[in-house]
Formats: sequence, structure tokens, C-alpha cells
Amino acid sequence: MTQHTRHRGITAIVLWLVFLLVCIGIISRTHFTTDLSAFLPRSPTLEQQLLMDQLRDGLASRLILVGIEGADAPTRARLSIQTAQRLRADPAFASVNNGEPVNAERDRAYLFDNRYLLSPAIMPERFSEAGLNDALGDSIDLLASPAGLLVKSILPRDPTGEMVLLLDRLNSGSQPKLIDGAWASRDGTRALMLLQTRASGSDTDAQQHAMAVIQHAFEQSAGASASAQLVMTGPGVFSVTSRDTIKRQVTRLSIISLTLIATLLLLVYRSFSALGLGMLPVISGALAGIAAVSLGFGEVHGITLGFGTALIGEAVDYSIYLFVQSEQNNTDRQNWLKRHWPTIRLGVLTSIFGFASLLLSGFPGLAQLGLYAIAGLVAAATVTRFVLPSLLPAHFRIHDVSAIGLMLSRGLKRATMLRWPAAIVLMAACIVVVTHRDSLWNDKIASLSPVSQADVELDTRLRADMGAPDVRYLVVVSGTSQESVLSTAEQVSARLQTQVEMGELAGFDSPSRYLPSAAMQDARQNSLPDRSELEARLAQAVQGLPVRAALFKPFLDDVEAARNQPLLQVADLQHTSMAMAVDALLIQQNQQWRALLPLTAPEGVDIHADRLRAALKGMPDVLFVDMKAESDRLYSGYLNEAIMLSLGGLAAIIGLLLLVFRSPLRVLRIITPLAAAVITVTAGLSLLGQQMIILHLVGLLLVVAVGSNYALFFDRPDPHTPILPRTLASMLFANLTTVAGFGLLAFSNVSILQAMGVTVAPGVILALLYAAIFARQSNGYPSHA
Amino acid sequence: MTPFRYFQLIALAGLALTLSTVVQAAPLSLAQLMASLAKSPQGAATFTETKTISILEQPIVSSGELLFIAPDRLEKRTLKPRAETVVLDGDTLTVERGLRKHVLPLKNYPEVAGMIESIRATLAGDRKALEKIYHVALNGDHERWTLELTPLDAKVGKVIARIRIEGTKDVVRSVNILQADGDSSQMTIEKLLLP
Repeated sequence: MTQHTRHRGITAIVLWLVFLLVCIGIISRTHFTTDLSAFLPRSPTLEQQLLMDQLRDGLASRLILVGIEGADAPTRARLSIQTAQRLRADPAFASVNNGEPVNAERDRAYLFDNRYLLSPAIMPERFSEAGLNDALGDSIDLLASPAGLLVKSILPRDPTGEMVLLLDRLNSGSQPKLIDGAWASRDGTRALMLLQTRASGSDTDAQQHAMAVIQHAFEQSAGASASAQLVMTGPGVFSVTSRDTIKRQVTRLSIISLTLIATLLLLVYRSFSALGLGMLPVISGALAGIAAVSLGFGEVHGITLGFGTALIGEAVDYSIYLFVQSEQNNTDRQNWLKRHWPTIRLGVLTSIFGFASLLLSGFPGLAQLGLYAIAGLVAAATVTRFVLPSLLPAHFRIHDVSAIGLMLSRGLKRATMLRWPAAIVLMAACIVVVTHRDSLWNDKIASLSPVSQADVELDTRLRADMGAPDVRYLVVVSGTSQESVLSTAEQVSARLQTQVEMGELAGFDSPSRYLPSAAMQDARQNSLPDRSELEARLAQAVQGLPVRAALFKPFLDDVEAARNQPLLQVADLQHTSMAMAVDALLIQQNQQWRALLPLTAPEGVDIHADRLRAALKGMPDVLFVDMKAESDRLYSGYLNEAIMLSLGGLAAIIGLLLLVFRSPLRVLRIITPLAAAVITVTAGLSLLGQQMIILHLVGLLLVVAVGSNYALFFDRPDPHTPILPRTLASMLFANLTTVAGFGLLAFSNVSILQAMGVTVAPGVILALLYAAIFARQSNGYPSHA
Repeated sequence: MTPFRYFQLIALAGLALTLSTVVQAAPLSLAQLMASLAKSPQGAATFTETKTISILEQPIVSSGELLFIAPDRLEKRTLKPRAETVVLDGDTLTVERGLRKHVLPLKNYPEVAGMIESIRATLAGDRKALEKIYHVALNGDHERWTLELTPLDAKVGKVIARIRIEGTKDVVRSVNILQADGDSSQMTIEKLLLP
């Protein structure tokens, strides 16, 4: 080693150490997330923005559904009542419902006292002689029914039946049945509760706290025994459990994968110092990757870390190439730099070109993976090239692997025999891909969810039991003031009511129901005649009815009071269960106001979006949103975009290779095994019934990136030059570590990690096999280097 | 058949006859009445109900059909003066008037529950359910009996003063409800003979 190279080596080491320190500094300040943010667009449309807001802190995001299972029905109900009582005292919950009529008194009072401002029936005609006569007749009929018992006492004050009408509107939603005083599932085997947290669903820490509080309240309840269990579900619960799952899995996978790769390398190298040194590029790559993502995105998603774990198996390849391909001595390593480094550099470049396409994705999650991969691979390769050689001790050597290399050389000579079978497999794969082309991709956003199947099933079950709002269909009214959105919401309500009567809708909700616009309240107030006028009309209206007008003096008093009462404000709703509804359905964001009107589809059918849009036509600032369709559209948009970007990446790789080699034939030879591996994996997944999601696509990109190294090593301008046995050995080891790293992901129960695992592990094996089988055969025997 | 056996049979029949007269002559016990009601629980009937309400000048008369399906489903279909269906199924009361459907969880409306439960439990011969809400007194004999129900629960007692149910054998004939505020309702029931 010359003075000059030693000097350069020291500089490289110093720079590297500084770089590592900077990376660690950045990472220590990094925020890690596991929520849905990575799957939401960077530049949303109006509908998408709404979807995101709803997912982050909308009404639905704050719901926690609780089930109490086991024990017997009275025990479950008692547990439900006691747990609810504790939770109602906790400020973390905006509401706790289990069927007990806790707010009933206050709700009733609000509705009854303000009935003449709230009832949709209040119009001037209602108080004409004929109108009064009709309404009175209805109320008297109602007295004959068992429900009459409830209205009898209020008849003198509310002869037109406004209260009954209001209650009717409010109770339109179906409720779970009551068993022993608490909500229970239809089959009666589970007690149910519906909680709303004050914190938004995306505040995972707060959600975790809420879950702990619920669990604690349940355990503290008298009679909580081992036989009764608590189950919880909901968007917040999902984000908590998926954060836990991802955290646990990423930790476990990195430990197992590191152990596995270390064991493998130890078997090959038979040297701890080689193992330690070989890990340096990996660690540098991982740190660089996280730091780069943190700098570029301000936060790092848990999935990116999971991906990073798998990338260990890829980053370790560079040091394997260095150690194995130049196993003899220092001169040989200088030789390696000359002979093999350009190939590896090209391999790194093709990977960068492939992943760079992901950076353009509108999907921050995907862009994070792209950036991580690029930064990580560049750092690992650079450290291997410039730092690692200088760090190697003078007499560094690893265990002699030439025996394996020679064995592989002999095997390679016979690989030609497999060309036809391989070609047939590839043809079959092509046919499978073409025939299954419509079902290859899963364009449902749910496929990305890190939530396990069992949790999804529990959620579906509890929701069905509860008849909980899934908030799929919404009409959104936007405006510049509370008054304007409430007023538009009233017009929308009128049109929606027609749809309900036509059977297109089962029902809907609106904040204007609980808090009418000031204009509407004013109009209703103006519909009320003055006392003497009303008295005169009433006297006429009771003609032919079995009542005396004198009975309704309280009615005259109430109407007179209503004429002069101040209009209702949000504050008037306080401490009623309707406050929660208004809070969730009436949203202020900066200068923008929104009213949300959730729609309920008729049982067993979807809402006809077209008919509803038609019904709402001509209303500016009114938007009908099908959240599910919107989110699926969002995702399939990403998927198409990612497919296009990947194809772009592929084109960039081909362009790069053409530029370097200036031989289309040679480029074709390099690309063929990679394309073959991609097609075969795709066909395999399709045959196994696994529809590909966006992360399979990332996996395929990785197959191309990793495989390009193999293909480049097998590619030689002169077919007479044989491939060195130790090059073959290094490729085998590199392949094994990659398979170990990614193969583990295939066993993950987080679908997005699993998707990468099942694509990359078989993909890189196939890439190596195809590259070996279709490599040009050397005529001579391999020289024993 | 041997003469010996024939004699035995006649003796047995005679015994049964004597026994049954003994039973009929004795005052009816609540257990017996409930048992006989429970024996034929399924039934359809027509009803006419007259409600006398103080705030109304005249009583309201309504009529329709009653359908009881054991163990706990009672349907009351009023046809006049206005169509209405009230279904009591387990713990929930559903009232349908026109296009409107109300679901009342009985737990939240003990007064309504008490009133309806008296009819359902009597038709079902469910003594336990009846005695959960009411103090039950029985008068009369098998041919003509009267059940007098007085509410145990204070909340129910605030609304219902007493309920008097009259019947013949295993058939309920009328239900008379006296409310705490003096209003009352008299329902007469005609059993429908199902083909």
C-alpha cells in the first residue's frame, strides 16, 4: 500500500465516521409513525382531503366498539353498566353508550323545551284552524295506542305532537337490543358498548391510553372474573394494535434475520472479524437510509423500517463480493477494485435507477421506501468500496471457499441442459400472467391494512351487532360560516327526505336537526301566531273532536314563550347526547365550515351514487362522497401510478445499460433473466391466488435491483473468459443472505411486509438460476485462481 | 278382553270422574290457572278496547286483533280508528303507525312494559313474570275467574293502579286497566277459532 493510498484511506475513514455521527444525530430526532399517513396522498383532491380528515379525526375515527364476552347474560350486563359508569367519569371519553338512558332526561328537556324551534313541521299552515284540527286528531288517535300512555301527560302542552315527531326523527337508527339493561348482540352472547374518545383516531398514543383505561375499568368492575373477556375494535384500536404489531415484528424480524445472516456468514468466513467488518456497510446503509427518509419526509414509517430489515440481506452482498471474490491478499483486493468494482458499481446504479422511480410516487409510503433503498444501497456500496479495504487488517483472510466455487463451476457447465425446461417454465408463466392479467392486482385499499384478518372479523362482527355507523356515504356541505352550512344542510335534508320516502335511503343525519340555522329558527318562530289569534283558531279547531279547548291553556303559554325565546346556539346543547352529534357533524377548519350528513343505505343494498348525485344536482358546495369508493379509487390510482413508474424505472435501467455497453444484444442478455424472474414470480403469486398489492411491485423492483448484480457478473463480453469459481461462490452467498433477509418477511402477518417477502425471496433465487442457465457458456475450463 | 280387565277399566274411569268433580268444586288455585293457561298458549283473538281518558270528552274505542305466539311474542294489531301494529317481542316493543316505526326498549319504559306484560304473562301462563311486577290475587273458579294485579314497583304504581283480568277456563275474556290518574281502559277479547 502506497503512502498515498494509506492517506486516502484515513481520510475515507474519518469522513465515514463523521457521516455516521450525523446520521445518528438525525435519527435521534426522528419521529416514527405507523398510522395511515403513509398511504394518503401528498396533494389531495377535495374528496380525498375529506377522506383524510375523516380518517384522521372524523366521527368514525373516534369510535371504539367494546364487546364483553363469556360468563352469563346478567353478569355481562352488570359488567357493562359498571364499566360504563367508570368511563363516563373519565375525560378521555366524549360519550359512553351501552343502552342505559343516562342523558335521556337532558335530551328530553332540550327537545321538549325547544320543540317549536326544532320541529320540521312548524310552518304557518300547522297553526291554521285546519292544521290544528289535523294535528289534534292525530294526537288523540295516538292516545288509543300503548304509546299513548307516554303522550297523555304532555297532550295539554303539546297537542300538535311535535315532541313525538322529534323523537321519531332522532330514533330512526336501529339500536342494539337490551338484555338486562345493557346493549347486547343479536344472538345475545355479547354485551356491547359504543364509546367515543375525545382524542382523534390518529392520535395513537391517546388511543392507546383510552384502551388501557377501558381495560382497567373493566377489570376493576366487581364480578369481573376470568370467564368474562373484553374485546375492543375501531379505527383507533386498529392503529394501536398495528403499531404494536409492526413494532414487534420489525424488532423480531431484524433480530432473527441478523442472526440468520450472521450464522451464514460465519459458516462461510469462519472469522469473527470478517463477520464484524462485513456488517459495517450494512449498518452504515441502514443508518443512512433512515436518516435520509427522516430528512426527506420529516418522519419515518414503521413499514420503511421493516423494509430496511430485509434490505440487510441485500446490503451485506457488497462485502461478500469483496471478501469472497478477493479472498487471497491485499494485491488481490486492489485487483478486485479494478476487475469487479465497475460491475458492482453498475449494479448499484441500476438499483438506484429502479428505485428512483418510486421517489416520484404520490404515495409517501412508497417514496419513503425508494429513498431508503437508494440511500442505503449507495452508503453500503460506498463504504464497501472506500472504507472497508482500509479497515481490513494486514493479514485478513477468510476461510477458503474455492471448493464450493469449483463445485458451482462444474454445476454451471451442466446448467445448459436446463435451458429447455427453463424456457418451458417461462412460457407457461407468460401464459399464466396473460390469462390472469385482469386479476393480478388487488385495487382495494383494505389490502394495505396492517390489521390482521382476525381483528377485521371481530370488527365486522361487532359493527353488525351494534348497527354502528360505518360512515361510508356522506353528503358534505361547505361554506364560510356556521349559519351558511346549516342553512344549506337544511335544503339538502329536504331533498334527502324525499329520497328516504322513495326508499333510496334508509335514513340520514344532519347537524341541522339538532341545531337548525338561525334563519330556519326565525322562520319557525314567525310561524307561531300570537296568543289571542291561536286561542281563537284553537276554539274552532276542536270542533268535532272529543276535547275542550280550555284543556290547552298550557299549549297557549308554551307557544307564547316560544315566540319570544332566544334562538338556539351550540352552547344550549351542552350535556345532551346531541352535543356529540353536532360536534362530529359540524366542523370548523380555519375559515372553512363543513356540515356532514351521513347517509344510511337501505338494508342489504348499496346506495345508488348516481341517483343521489342527481337528487343533489344544482346545489353548489354540496358534495356526495362514497368514502369506500373514494379510498379504493385513491389506492388504485396509486397502483396504476406505481406500475407506470416501475415501467419507467425499467426503461431507465435499460437506457443506462445501453449507454454503458452500447450493445443492445448484451443488454438483452442482462435483462432477460431479470424479466424471466419477474414474470415467473408474478405467475406463481397468481397461481397461489395471491393478488398483488403495491408492495409486491416494490418487491419486483428489488428482484430487478438485486438480480442485476447476478446478471452483470454472468455477462462477459468475451464468452471464452470463464467466470471465476469464487465469483460464483460469492453470488451464491449473496443470494442466500438476500433470501434469508426477505424470506423472513414472508412469514410476517403484516400483509405489506409479507407481500415483499413472498416476492423477493423466490424472485432473487429465480433471477440467479435464470442468469446461470441462460449465461453464455465459456469454452475453456475455469482457471484455478 | 277378559271380564276382569273390563271391570278394572270401569273402576278407573269412575275414579277419574269423582276426582275431577272434586277439582272443579274446589276454589281455583293460581298454580292451576297458570298451568291451564300455559297449556294452550298460542292464540289469535279479536279485541275491542274502550279507553276513558279524563282530558277527553268521550271514550276512545279501538278494535283489532291480538296474536300471541309462545313464549314471548304478543302482537296487537289495531285496525280502527287508525291502523297500528304493536309488537312485543322479548324485551323490545315495536310500534308501527303508517310509515313510522318506533322501537321502544321496554327497560326504559317500565310503565308501558308493566301494562303490556300483564297481558302477555297471563296469556302465556307465566306466573313468574307476572309476580315480578305485580301482587297477584285470584278469585272465582275454573268456569269464571278474575285475576287482580296490583303493581309492586313504585314507578309502575305511579301509572297503573290495578289491572283486572277476567276469564273462563283457559281463555282470557277481558282486561280492565285502572290508571293511577283515574283513566281506565276496558278491553274485551273474543277468541278466534282457528280453522
